[in-house]
Amino acid sequence: MNYWLVIGVSFFYLALLFGLASWAERRSAAGRSFVGNPYIYALSMAVYCTAWTYYGSVGRAATTGLGYLAIYIGPTLMAPLWWVVLRKIIRICKVQRITTIADFISSRYGKNITLGSIVTIICVLGIIPYISIQLKAIASSLDLLTGMNEVGRSPLFGDTSFYIALGLGLFTIVYGTRHVEATERHEGMVTAIAFESLFKLVIFIVAGVFVTYGVFNGFGDIMQQATQLPDFERLMTFDNESGFSQWFWMVVLSMLAILFLPRQFQVAVVENVNEQHLNKAMWLFPLYLFAINIFVLPIAFGGDLLFNGANVDADMFVLAIPLSEGQSLLALLVYLGGFSAATSMVIVATIAMSVMISNNLVMPLLVGVPAIKNRYQNQLTKLLLFSRRLGILVILLLAYLYYKGVAEYYSLVEVGLVSFAAVAQFAPAIIGGIFWKEGTKNGALAGIVVGAAVWFYTLVVPSMVGVGMLPSSILEQGPLGIALLKPFELFGLQGMDYISHAMFWSMFLNVGLYIGISILSKQTSQERNQAEVFVDIFKYSTVFESSIVWKGTAYIPDIKSLLVNFLGEKKAEVAMKAYKRKYPEPEDESGKADPKLVTYAEKLLSGVIGSSSARIMVSSVVKEEEISIDEVLNILKESQQLISINNELRRKSMELRRATEQLRSANERLKQLDELKDEFLSTVTHELRTPLTSIRALSEILYDNPEMEREDQEHFLQTIVKESERLTRLITQVLDLERFESGKQKLNLGPVQIEEVVRESVEALEQLVQEKDIDLVVDVQHNLPAINGDKDRLIQVLVNLISNAIKFCNPEHGRIIVSGYYIDGDIKVNVVDNGKGIDPEFHKQIFDKFYQAQNQNIRKPEGSGLGLAISKKIIESHQGRIWVESELGKGSKFSFVLPVKVNVPANV
Amino acid sequence: MSTREKLKVLVVDDEPSILMPLEFLMRKSGYQVFVARNGTEAMESVDKERPDVVLLDIMMPDVDGYEVCRHIRGQEDMSGAKVIFMSAKTKDADIKKGYDVGADLYIPKPFSTRFLMEKIKELTQS
Repeated sequence: MNYWLVIGVSFFYLALLFGLASWAERRSAAGRSFVGNPYIYALSMAVYCTAWTYYGSVGRAATTGLGYLAIYIGPTLMAPLWWVVLRKIIRICKVQRITTIADFISSRYGKNITLGSIVTIICVLGIIPYISIQLKAIASSLDLLTGMNEVGRSPLFGDTSFYIALGLGLFTIVYGTRHVEATERHEGMVTAIAFESLFKLVIFIVAGVFVTYGVFNGFGDIMQQATQLPDFERLMTFDNESGFSQWFWMVVLSMLAILFLPRQFQVAVVENVNEQHLNKAMWLFPLYLFAINIFVLPIAFGGDLLFNGANVDADMFVLAIPLSEGQSLLALLVYLGGFSAATSMVIVATIAMSVMISNNLVMPLLVGVPAIKNRYQNQLTKLLLFSRRLGILVILLLAYLYYKGVAEYYSLVEVGLVSFAAVAQFAPAIIGGIFWKEGTKNGALAGIVVGAAVWFYTLVVPSMVGVGMLPSSILEQGPLGIALLKPFELFGLQGMDYISHAMFWSMFLNVGLYIGISILSKQTSQERNQAEVFVDIFKYSTVFESSIVWKGTAYIPDIKSLLVNFLGEKKAEVAMKAYKRKYPEPEDESGKADPKLVTYAEKLLSGVIGSSSARIMVSSVVKEEEISIDEVLNILKESQQLISINNELRRKSMELRRATEQLRSANERLKQLDELKDEFLSTVTHELRTPLTSIRALSEILYDNPEMEREDQEHFLQTIVKESERLTRLITQVLDLERFESGKQKLNLGPVQIEEVVRESVEALEQLVQEKDIDLVVDVQHNLPAINGDKDRLIQVLVNLISNAIKFCNPEHGRIIVSGYYIDGDIKVNVVDNGKGIDPEFHKQIFDKFYQAQNQNIRKPEGSGLGLAISKKIIESHQGRIWVESELGKGSKFSFVLPVKVNVPANV
Repeated sequence: MSTREKLKVLVVDDEPSILMPLEFLMRKSGYQVFVARNGTEAMESVDKERPDVVLLDIMMPDVDGYEVCRHIRGQEDMSGAKVIFMSAKTKDADIKKGYDVGADLYIPKPFSTRFLMEKIKELTQS
């Protein structure tokens, strides 16, 4: 393929990333940020999958078999633990404004400069090989695609990969170092990385599908043919000798790498906008790893089968297969996919590294030397940016040189694992640091330094031997002929592969020294303070400023000018306002700064220049006094008590609010009850007025007209008697109801036979039934169990129901059925009529007192409107239930049930 | 009055026990009496008989007394008719509403028939 076309496409792709990133930043400025999306976060974490995955997995699968999977199993196992480990780290970094892994370690162990610098140096040493393999992957794929041999070209200016490194450097500078404050997120970069993750996954799967289904006839076909390969059995089984330990250490290594690789720390911690996004990433990221690995074996075996014996680098099978099949467009896309996998790693890693270099190496140097500090006092910000930009270019240049000098001779995975092993050295200090308060600076320092030294000796030195930089006698006989010091068989340990061997010794010494020396050495008060805050971050995160213990004198103007120097006028102003909002206490008149303000300023500075430099800067304007560990612990205890007092207060005020709420609703209910009572009274008097009006009118007429005809007189007198009875009934019922409602009504309990209740009720109404010529059917089961109840009251209920039925049944062919039977532990009684029925809308309300009176539209002839309300009270006081089933035009069925084993208190 | 036709009185109440004595009383006083047991009947009777006096209950099924009164006042030739509410509703607001819809008098129940007859005479003579 044409060389310049491929170069052009590569730079076009980079330009596309530029465009995407700046579009994302504009969107974010307009308030419609992409990174608020958990999917973008999860995808950006897939920066874990670099050219190593894209090209190297296939190469490893083709040469050493299943082992390639270990570095994906590790992160998959780690993902569920993110909620415990990563969330804590994220919270600590947010609260303390920590932006790099070096700063994290330095900050935990008393903001120690030495520790931060050492971690930075190890990171640089460890990550440069990793970056170099990305350059190597780009260069090899370019060679393969264009058919040219770059390796032979003169280094630097005659070499395309040099220009690619330069281009990546520029891109990184533009999008990684726009703001000084490293805690400010790189939204454009994250969006671009998420896009690259998606892109490389899709292309890799497309390539996999092409190989599996285009070149071969599916998975089955490839595997079938692969069994014929001489190596097949070895590739698909564990190596008995060192296979298990290798798997174990690879899994451990990758579990640590997913947390502590600088680029993972950058995307997962620094760029995290919402802790809740972890929830999504915890399943989406393992899914991504799964998806990108589906086609590794088919491509690896496909390559083995197609190029059997030919001189094709197994790392490049993904690209070589489409090329050999003449699919140049697919090949170009595959190349771009690999390019994107490599660039995303390079971009994120260099940004993270440059911040580390500037904040943990350059800055402490600058601010630590008074002469330099005073000279550049006002240009520190510029210096900072400059050092970051320079850092990016230097890292890429070093990576390029490493690629030319060393990486060219090793496979992608071999070089990558060296980097993994380097960052694994931070694990004891970090994991110990967030869960174990006793871990000390000396412990961490010893562990990291010795661990890193072992790493260097067992992994880096042999690779230098391999390219001829050191004599091979070191490997074979040991340095100076001391066999115990052979880099691959340290202290005589044999039978492990070199990675397991290196990991075993480095981790053994690292963990041992960290724990041992931590127990033996003492923490300074500053260390103790940070240890408390780190381990108990979820307690302190809301009161961070007051949980940093500090004693001394500082003046507000000094603090302010410090902030202005590093943040600029505007941001310093905003920051001071934010502080006042959080702590609205009045300023000290003498202009002395509150310790909280000092801590706050230090935290802000940490975000810009790293915690140890910030410490130095703050110390320079503050007259500090020694503080003992006991004091630290006492003050922290107080601040913890403050937290619990605050919680208590919050709880109390919640309770108070709830009580107020209850009071108000009780008041509301009382008011409602009052209104109900008023309504009841006015309804009762209204119901009294009607018969009274009639009685008075009739009596007056009788009195004024003695000459009235006898027939009229009799009629009048009859009506007077009837209306008087109505009055009496009403009064009785009102009193009845009142007694039930106030709980004064007593039930006269005894064994009651429902059959008797029905019989007596029907007898009481017999005359009325005959008068109206109604067909009344009684159907009660014999020998029903007796219930414990008040017989007279139950008769009252039934009489009420039957007389209602009499009133409302069909006026011509009236028919009423009264039935009683035993069902499910209850005795059920039904009164069914064939009247005009009741609209279901009113089925509940008719049991309310005076319901019919208030709703004139369904007013029934006669009746006080209290009968059903009283019946309901009586049934309920027997722990029973009463209801109606009816439809308009289909008659009504009133039913009640009474439990047989009723347990009614004697006085209800 | 005696020179003219008999005075027409419409008595409206849903309680037969009230309707009965009032009907008797009106007839005995020499008026021509019509009765209605609900609002609808009352309005039909108004339209048909054009009564001079209407004794009107308020709380009735279907159409209430206020509505019947509005119906009466809505007709030009009925503007001279006297409307007397007789109601068990005795709250000030109810009474005010009665006058608002155009009643000449509002008598709370229970009332004296003698007082009622006097008032009818007063209203019809003026």
